[in-house]
Amino acid sequence: MSSSDPRDELVTHLPALRAFALSLTRNGATADDMVQDTVVKAWTNIEKFQVGTNMRAWLFTILRNTYYSSRRKAKREVPDVDGVFAETLSVKPEHDGRLQMADFKVAFEQLPDEQREALVLVGASGFSYEEAAEMCGVAIGTIKSRANRGRAHLAELLDHNDETPMELTDQATMAVVTDSGPVSR
Amino acid sequence: MTEDNNQKKQRFEALVDDNLKRLYSDLVQEELPDRFKDLLSQLKEQDAQGSSKK
Repeated sequence: MSSSDPRDELVTHLPALRAFALSLTRNGATADDMVQDTVVKAWTNIEKFQVGTNMRAWLFTILRNTYYSSRRKAKREVPDVDGVFAETLSVKPEHDGRLQMADFKVAFEQLPDEQREALVLVGASGFSYEEAAEMCGVAIGTIKSRANRGRAHLAELLDHNDETPMELTDQATMAVVTDSGPVSR
Repeated sequence: MTEDNNQKKQRFEALVDDNLKRLYSDLVQEELPDRFKDLLSQLKEQDAQGSSKK
């Protein structure tokens, strides 16, 4: 019996793992199923985890593999997006910001998986480019270019360089207006 | 192109990362559904039973 079962650490990573799943799937139910699968896989394969390495990275890797292999199987043309981001509208309006959070979420949801993933890994969850590259099984340069393309894509969607107000804003506003049930989850 | 464009781009990237971080931290702070705590205790229990049968 070991005093430090790495499995005891699992629970501490679940909120981050779930956040990653939500940003990848953009669907609350799918995300939770992915997290569940990941926990079971991690639990039953814990001997494959190298103690001393980053467990969060390991879990994220399992989750993304689960996601991409199910996506391949499903071959859905239209991903089943349920607006989880819009639901988490706990966001205070930006006073300084040209970039409204609601618009940002709508734009972010539209990015291709690989770009969204790269941005979340290096932009939000604090992994290095090296770690992200390893988790995604690609070269560091690939992660960098995905993140850059993601940013450029966002700029385009948010019509950053243009003075004219864009349809996107209206769309985003509509999404928020129609989606504005009380948020308490 | 111009310095101005470059600065704009950098400012935009900083904004993007800022928004990303906020979006992500909102998601992280959501309450964890009970099913995961239940799942973990189930897994623990299974293991305990498995090893006591040995």
